[in-house]
Amino acid sequence: MKYVDEFRDGDVAQGLARAIAAEVRPDLRYNFMEFCGGHTHAISRYGVPDLLPDNVRMIHGPGCPVCVLPIGRIDLAIKLALEDGVILCTYADTVRVPASGGLSLMRAKARGGDIRMVYAVTDALKIARDNPEKEVVFFAIGFETTTPPTAVAIKIADAEGLKNFSVLCCHVLTPSAIANILESPEVRLLGTVPLDGFIGPAHVSTVIGSRPYEFFAEEYRKPVVIAGFEPLDVMQAILMLVRQVNEGRAEVENEFTRAVTPDGNEKAQKLVSEVFELRRSFEWRGLGEVPYSALKIRQRYAEFDAEHRYHLEYQPVADNKACECGAILRGVKKPTDCKIFGTVCTPENPMGSCMVSSEGACAAHYTYGRHNPDIS
Amino acid sequence: MTTPSKKGYTRPLDLKHGHIDMSHGGGGRAMVQLIADLFAKYLGNEYLAQGNDGAVLPPGNGRLVVSTDSHVVSPLFFPGGDIGSLSVHGTVNDVAVMGATPLYLTAGFILEEGFPLSDLARIVESMARAANQAGVKLVAGDTKVVEQGKGDGIFITTTGIGFLPEGVHLSGDLARPGDVLLVSGSIGDHGMAIMSKRENLSFDAPILSDSAALNGLTAVMLATGAAIRVMRDATRGGLAATINEIAQQSGVGIHLEESAIPLKAEVAAACELLGLDPLNIANEGKLIAVCAAEDAEKLLAAMRAHPLGEDAAMIGKVVEDANAFVQMKTGFGGRRMVDWLFGEQLPRIC
Repeated sequence: MKYVDEFRDGDVAQGLARAIAAEVRPDLRYNFMEFCGGHTHAISRYGVPDLLPDNVRMIHGPGCPVCVLPIGRIDLAIKLALEDGVILCTYADTVRVPASGGLSLMRAKARGGDIRMVYAVTDALKIARDNPEKEVVFFAIGFETTTPPTAVAIKIADAEGLKNFSVLCCHVLTPSAIANILESPEVRLLGTVPLDGFIGPAHVSTVIGSRPYEFFAEEYRKPVVIAGFEPLDVMQAILMLVRQVNEGRAEVENEFTRAVTPDGNEKAQKLVSEVFELRRSFEWRGLGEVPYSALKIRQRYAEFDAEHRYHLEYQPVADNKACECGAILRGVKKPTDCKIFGTVCTPENPMGSCMVSSEGACAAHYTYGRHNPDIS
Repeated sequence: MTTPSKKGYTRPLDLKHGHIDMSHGGGGRAMVQLIADLFAKYLGNEYLAQGNDGAVLPPGNGRLVVSTDSHVVSPLFFPGGDIGSLSVHGTVNDVAVMGATPLYLTAGFILEEGFPLSDLARIVESMARAANQAGVKLVAGDTKVVEQGKGDGIFITTTGIGFLPEGVHLSGDLARPGDVLLVSGSIGDHGMAIMSKRENLSFDAPILSDSAALNGLTAVMLATGAAIRVMRDATRGGLAATINEIAQQSGVGIHLEESAIPLKAEVAAACELLGLDPLNIANEGKLIAVCAAEDAEKLLAAMRAHPLGEDAAMIGKVVEDANAFVQMKTGFGGRRMVDWLFGEQLPRIC
């Protein structure tokens, strides 16, 4: 496959592996967090840890949109489908996330809820046009990558006067999550989570640009390398992070120059700010309430806001006590540190959200890395 | 004086514009006509012509092998095949990979009220063609009609019957460390043909389903005399599921080499676009064989000489592993697990 295989070339990978091995200092340990689930998936899928020296460890971050969705939000979507009788449209992985009462969207579907998996929000618009007698709600999840399309859909619905379409907005923001991790006592005070640098998001950064990360580099003295989602991108970013650590630098560097600019996609940013505004606070699974970390639909578009339309009240619901997703999402624990990993909690029967999406740390380790207990 | 009985006029089945209605499953004349004018016309043979409640079949050579499979694919017509040919291939292949010679099929049709007779005719014709090519006869059948909204056009369940010659013994629990794994060709074609049709993905060369009867290929493979332990067609769940089944049943580990697994460029591209792993995608005309390492070259050569095995390749080896893990050396140089698919990746593909 032209333009993709080039970024998965095994010979180039060996070359990069040799360069990393040659440059790491044997007296140092390098702990890098890949923020995005996309990177987590690439690292596991291509067996990247096998190509890294023992003193370079990758920590999986919270950048998996399905993983950070708290139970209470799924409950709202299930209520819309089962009690309000709407057609609920959502991205595929979301349907398997466990919710209250032993339900998930998939199980709610089996109980008669009209829940449909869509590849794009435009599919949800089409369903609304095709079913004028039904109410259609798009369950909008994701970071800055999926936010602009949702904004576009709301603007299209507004322009078309599509009265039976609304959005349950659960879009969250990357920089707030990174700040939350860096501010956490484990990182800042206790030092129990050693973090020597970040691999910055690929697709998110195409939208927001590289500038928002400069604060982390300056304020927290953590190097950030923005990288693409292909395995060679990840290897190159690790080499760049190793160099920054060795040279005592903490800068934002951009490995993904083929798609990311300092300012990002300004047109998309403008669209997003037209339709959305900051929420004062939003609950994340694993991170808890994080101030100004998510978006809600502006008053101007309130008629397309499912929370407004159906008078939804958010009720926080505690995670399963045995589930360590929270600590895993913050990098405090590894999937294998969780007592129920691979026993009670498996991809077929996920207890926590990290076991749901293939971008989740637990599912990625279970699916791709179980043969090797040393990596996770 | 009695009136001489006149031959009643029967309106012929309207295969152009007609539709299935409840009477086609009601046991009356309409049903008899549907069977005579459509099913018997295309699929008829001496056994079906017996016209009794069951077909009486002659004794065969060896032990009986029976397999059954239901087909609910959507869309019904896809590039490279349709539910009719698929329902023949799927069951013929299940019998063939046991090492048996498939000879007979039975078919149950669940038709939805309102289903166009023209589509049904296309499907039955396609079944007949597939059965002919595979050298199997449809010896019994059944038709039921369900109300509109209670089916999805047509569901077909087929059962295959074949005979297993003396001395042939293939089973999923016979893989041993040291054996090697062969695949008969490129993977993921069927699933991605369906998916690209559903998602309206258009490529310069459309992805065609690999739906095909493999009994010709298996016969050639068995004739080599190679020490084959297991054969299995890699349908739902793809290569990953089939290989995991073998590993679990045999209690062995399996190591795959990603770069050796045949994959068409267009299938790879479609998987990439939709975020799917080709190892999990269904095939309908591909088999996996585990054989003794010393016979691998001989077997591979025989497979490659057959049109359905042209791209056959050796893709891995069997190792000792109490966990029965399937692992793969990625093209990138790392190692990873190859697990069963969890959840459902593609709805209704076969």
